[in-house]
Amino acid sequence: MFQAVSDLRSVATAFRAVAPKADYWTLRLVEESGEGLAVRDDVAEPASLGLSRGAMLTVVSGAGLGYAATSDLSPAGLRAAFDRAAEAAALHARLGLFDARFQPRSSLRAEYRSPVAEPWESQSLDQKLSLLFDACAGLDIDGRIVERTAWMSHHRADQLLVTSDGGDVRQRFEFVDSGLAATAHADGQTQTRRGGGADVPRQGGLERVAAGRLVEDAERVAGEAIALVEAPECPSGRGDLVLLPSQMALQIHESIGHPLELDRILGDERNYAGLSFVTPDMFGTYRYGSSLLNVTFDPTVSGELASYAADDDGTPAKRVHLIRDGILERPLGGALSQRRAGLTGSACARACGWHRPPIDRMANINLQPNEEGFDELIARVERGVLMDTNRSWSIDDSRNKFQFGCEWGRLIEDGELRGLVRNPGYRGISARFWRNLDGVGGRETLEVRGVRNCGKGEPNQSVYVGHASPPCLFRDVEIFGGGR
Amino acid sequence: MSTTDHAHRFFELADGLNAHLQGDEVLFTGLDRESSDFVRLNQNRVRQACNVQTAGLSLTLIDGERQVDGACELTGDAEADLALGRELLARLRERIPHVPDDPYLNISTEPSASETLLTAELPPAAEAIGTLTDLADGLDLVGIWASGDIAEGLASSLGHRHWHQSTSFNLDWSCYLDRDKAVKDGYSGFEWEPARLAERLDRQRERLTVMARPERTIEPGRYRAFLAPAAMQELIDMLAWGGFGLRDHRTRQTPLRALADGEVRLHPRLALTEDHGRGLAPRFTAEGFPLPERVALIEHGAFGRCLVDARSAKEYGEAVNAAADDPQSIALSAGDLPADEVLARLGTGLYIGNLWYGNWSDRNACRVTGMTRFGSFWVENGELAAPLAVMRFDDSLYGLLGERLEALTRERELLLSADTYDGRSTESALLPGALVSGIDLAL
Repeated sequence: MFQAVSDLRSVATAFRAVAPKADYWTLRLVEESGEGLAVRDDVAEPASLGLSRGAMLTVVSGAGLGYAATSDLSPAGLRAAFDRAAEAAALHARLGLFDARFQPRSSLRAEYRSPVAEPWESQSLDQKLSLLFDACAGLDIDGRIVERTAWMSHHRADQLLVTSDGGDVRQRFEFVDSGLAATAHADGQTQTRRGGGADVPRQGGLERVAAGRLVEDAERVAGEAIALVEAPECPSGRGDLVLLPSQMALQIHESIGHPLELDRILGDERNYAGLSFVTPDMFGTYRYGSSLLNVTFDPTVSGELASYAADDDGTPAKRVHLIRDGILERPLGGALSQRRAGLTGSACARACGWHRPPIDRMANINLQPNEEGFDELIARVERGVLMDTNRSWSIDDSRNKFQFGCEWGRLIEDGELRGLVRNPGYRGISARFWRNLDGVGGRETLEVRGVRNCGKGEPNQSVYVGHASPPCLFRDVEIFGGGR
Repeated sequence: MSTTDHAHRFFELADGLNAHLQGDEVLFTGLDRESSDFVRLNQNRVRQACNVQTAGLSLTLIDGERQVDGACELTGDAEADLALGRELLARLRERIPHVPDDPYLNISTEPSASETLLTAELPPAAEAIGTLTDLADGLDLVGIWASGDIAEGLASSLGHRHWHQSTSFNLDWSCYLDRDKAVKDGYSGFEWEPARLAERLDRQRERLTVMARPERTIEPGRYRAFLAPAAMQELIDMLAWGGFGLRDHRTRQTPLRALADGEVRLHPRLALTEDHGRGLAPRFTAEGFPLPERVALIEHGAFGRCLVDARSAKEYGEAVNAAADDPQSIALSAGDLPADEVLARLGTGLYIGNLWYGNWSDRNACRVTGMTRFGSFWVENGELAAPLAVMRFDDSLYGLLGERLEALTRERELLLSADTYDGRSTESALLPGALVSGIDLAL
């Protein structure tokens, strides 16, 4: 039950021996394990352990394409799942949107392993809980702190994709997350500040907890929560906006990543996640943003949240430009969507687990650095607001009209950072917002971050997505604060 | 395998695990089982057809004042599953000495039992999809069909025995005219009647004729509006997000703090209830507590009671009345506005069929932002005049459901959740439409 890839291989080998005939099939075996620990107000929450193992069968038969998921990994169980996938393929053959021969065939042989310096198991449960108690106690700096939480989690996913064409892709993804949250309340105002690595998700092991400075960051996090309840509201009006990398991750995610997903452009997501203001004719010519805007799809960055060797269709991962010098170059679409649309895309057919089929997803969508230092960006702002750490996100179904809120705001006046403001938010239209990009930080300001809860698809799927960005300066943005 | 077979096999598994307990150990065993057909559609054709079978086992091992949780996936083979459960139990037993006493450990010590079976006679997915695509011929239909069995079970070494199983379908779809011009609907439940689906598709065809008119673009500002039940669901979902949990109230994080403190009041005819008695979601918690028939969350516009899960109940000394701190079966009181008089009462303003992507602008002020989406129109002199270009709202629910709420419709709609992130949801909402004197549009 708790063995990893070697065990999955024996399952795959046994299936190959009994696999029925089909034009093409894939078997994606996934074993996931996870552990969650948290301490709230100096009390440990129940420690949780999770294990899940299952398979997704994909069958191409004639013009039909079907899928079936099962946790019964016996040869008979997989055979039964194969038959259910074949039934689904028969439905597709009769009433399908496209010919199943568009489905990519993979004979790729590849391996991937998340970089892990300090394995999760290298510390005992007692040691981890002790760290969390220390961090939680460190948040207890003032009577106005009404809730304190410190957490740590581990997630490991072993995946083996085998195909009837001889494809064999073995990947191990590993994630350790940590975080702190302090909530302060005074005079009818409640504010929460997070830290300790909460908004810096990466692949890796326990070294991620050290990088997040879980214990050391507690005093800052709690202090900033207190400062926020005392701060004035963010002023409303048009002004310049400087976004730090934590909020840039969300901005890139919602108003570049999602609009470029090819399945949205093809209409698959219109009933749920939405469509896109981007249309197929825009690729190669459309000015998405100012000439400072350079964005890559890059699943090859070591340790970034969505790095891999191949996507879940077995297409090898490769870095490509999505936007170059502000001009839109290509969409985010796996091989199937590319053939349906007649466009070149990226290796991004991904599933959230063994029980869901792959769809077009972001992987690592990174905004490339320019040359300015952080101080130089601020120095070019006469009147504006700096914002950090997303806490609210909303965007229309075409991924155009957005409104985002942040935990933390600082006024900028005459080229200098000034006082703290609470409830900072801004709204705009994607198609205009990126054209007002007027400053991009240099390589030394670049931070690798990501989003853990990218939701999409019917049935619903939530995946991890990486985003790297330096701080950026935007001109003439509608900014607002809190209150009724 | 029949319904009773699934339950029987689960309780056998739980008994098998209980037989391996040691000393004073207590074990709560849970099961989330799903056998579903999912068929995605685009352009009234099959985009992706999938069958999913899952069976998640969850264990909570308790020894004295300590507890640890674990979960794993079952295979369906009784012998193999008992071995898996025993292995997980052994892992939990290794861990439990390393966790501290839990002062908020709270389990039902009184054995209880229940069985709910919601059955349906459903056609095979392929047959239903064939019917749908025939009835929707000529429409650009996009959406998802979900059908099959879902079950939740709970057993404990103290003697609890609960089983909740339903067989149902949920068709969630929209029909597009062009770009983002679309109308949305849902047809779900336990009786598959193609004639009812045909009626709904015909109504959509009628609405699409209005959608075909030139789009009306409006400026930001405050507009008189009618919110259809599906649009109200987005607002009620926002209230559900942190609005009613006891812990959110005690830590002052609820967006309804000012309401709970009596500083503001919603419309005096507004009543919001967690209606456990609806029976679509399980009536037991993971800790074995049975749930009351209903919990009055808001009464006569004033805050009523919080939702109290087992952990919060222990921490704050209250009785358990919910499995989680967010509602699963919410109901908003009906009003006296007949549905067929909505447009006449609205006069000129916005008919908002759906709101989407809600999030908090400022929880302190109960201020929400989100977008208009499907089936939203500009109304003039009591008639649908033109499709509305999508608009962003940013407004306080204290205003929308308070001084600016003019009426609630006499008719309510039972909306079964199409959510499938954690498997097919058993959540539902019973909601009227709402006429408001103004909604603030920001972009």
